[in-house]
Amino acid sequence: MPPPLKIANASGFWGDQPDAAARLVAAQPDLGFLTLDYLAEVSLSIMAIMRSKDPSAGYARDFVDVVRSLCPFWSAGGATRVVTNAGGLDPDACARECAGVLRAAGLSRLKVAAVGGDDVLPVLGSATGGFANLETGALLSTVAPRLVTANAYLGAGAIADALRAGADVVITGRVADPSLTVGPCIAHFGWSPADFGPIAGATVAGHLIECGTQACGGFSTDWLDLPDNLSIGFPIVEVSADGSCVVTKAAGTGGAVTAQTVKEQLLYEIGDPGNYLSPDAAVSFLTLRVEPAGADRVRVSGATGRAPTDSYKVSATYRDGYKAHGMVTIFGHDAVKKARRAGEGVLLRLQGAGCLYREHLIECLGTGASVRGIASRMSDTQLVETVLRVSVAADSREPVERFAKEIAPLVTCGPQGVTGYAAGRPRVLPIFGFWPTLVSRSAVSPTFRILDGTRP
Amino acid sequence: MIPLREIAFARSGDKGSSANVAVFGRTPEAYRWLRDHLTEGAVEAHFRPLGVGRVTRYDVPNLEALNFVLTDVLAGGGSRSLRVDSQGKALGMALLELQVDFQPKK
Repeated sequence: MPPPLKIANASGFWGDQPDAAARLVAAQPDLGFLTLDYLAEVSLSIMAIMRSKDPSAGYARDFVDVVRSLCPFWSAGGATRVVTNAGGLDPDACARECAGVLRAAGLSRLKVAAVGGDDVLPVLGSATGGFANLETGALLSTVAPRLVTANAYLGAGAIADALRAGADVVITGRVADPSLTVGPCIAHFGWSPADFGPIAGATVAGHLIECGTQACGGFSTDWLDLPDNLSIGFPIVEVSADGSCVVTKAAGTGGAVTAQTVKEQLLYEIGDPGNYLSPDAAVSFLTLRVEPAGADRVRVSGATGRAPTDSYKVSATYRDGYKAHGMVTIFGHDAVKKARRAGEGVLLRLQGAGCLYREHLIECLGTGASVRGIASRMSDTQLVETVLRVSVAADSREPVERFAKEIAPLVTCGPQGVTGYAAGRPRVLPIFGFWPTLVSRSAVSPTFRILDGTRP
Repeated sequence: MIPLREIAFARSGDKGSSANVAVFGRTPEAYRWLRDHLTEGAVEAHFRPLGVGRVTRYDVPNLEALNFVLTDVLAGGGSRSLRVDSQGKALGMALLELQVDFQPKK
């Protein structure tokens, strides 16, 4: 058996710790790969808005800084390769920028690849039928003119191809999150696309690390009791040729890798655990074994895989109006009663001004408002302080902009004890509807391209 | 009665306007209790104030876990929901507040 392939995750989302990658390779220079995930369900629509203002902003620019931070490691002989979906809507532009950073650092020998083919907006845009919403069954025609993005979740194939062609940094747009890990495994172990058993195992490994420190105690039920929970390590999977893995983290980092932290992450954002659908395999988690394998080491084995479906999942987004949230703190006796009254006053004033909203909400944070009506342990009258949070949504921007101007006046016309308003006026946010659907594999052609690092 | 968190741990996450809440027994005995008592109906009733739709339970005995999928519990989810917890991050903790009648065997 060849030795396991060590793959770490250094970013669980767009906005995660910027120095995680550099710290990982410093602590564990023998890593085969770093994977970095930047794309949540509606991230691409945010990139689309950014790109409409700045054509070069269609990808996660944070990743370029990550590449810069790794240059000293590579210059000193480090060989860890990188796979990321930071390319967003424009993997080519991201790859060009990264290649430029490498060139400037004297690292032209490193090859950067861009993986594309996930953009299916033209396919949906020209469709005369089909592409119903997987959640609601609604017809695409109800939102078609407002579509902003439509991207297929590609699999590991093009990533593995790029790595086999010698890429050191692979930058994709939308791919299934676990495929960032499966791609390196396919290239390293020489699996065929039909090796569904090992691919299922690697998919589980990729799923385990795709959310950064969440596999090592981040976001865990017993977070407060973890050792050194202020510097939780990013996860590392040591994947074997049969697809099983050991989950661990770099020595000297905080948090813990235990059966508990691993099990929590295994079922994070999972529907039917017997039928986890990735573009690389349909995976059952019902045969998994999770066993301790030393300090901060947990072995995960036994995944079973079948052929994937003949379609790709698509994440499309469409414009769906605007919203804003305004917050002020209210301190004093009857704080919650005052907050509610003040919030209603804001909405009444706007109604009087002729503003119409399709939805509004008043929340008094501190009262259990995150899950209103569930599990509140004390009565509102016992609270001496609350954060009033008022939200509105409308089809057009104007009434939401007007709302944003009506929060600050509470400082002088609301109850005594209104405070904590220093953040200024609320921001008006575009709302993006999420449109999950399916596209036939035959309509999608994943591709990769290696940039020549020697020339601009 | 004790809060569920004493015998279980949990993890919640979002998928569009739906969410899942996985619940794990802290001991084999606790898992068996969950399996026998934490029904779809009990979870649906707990989350009814949030306007939850259909609740589906998946048993995961190899992880000593139950996975509940809560449809339409996020009032639109991610970008659209006006709620402070638009992505269901608090739902796991909310389920662990459930008061349960668990009697450990002596």
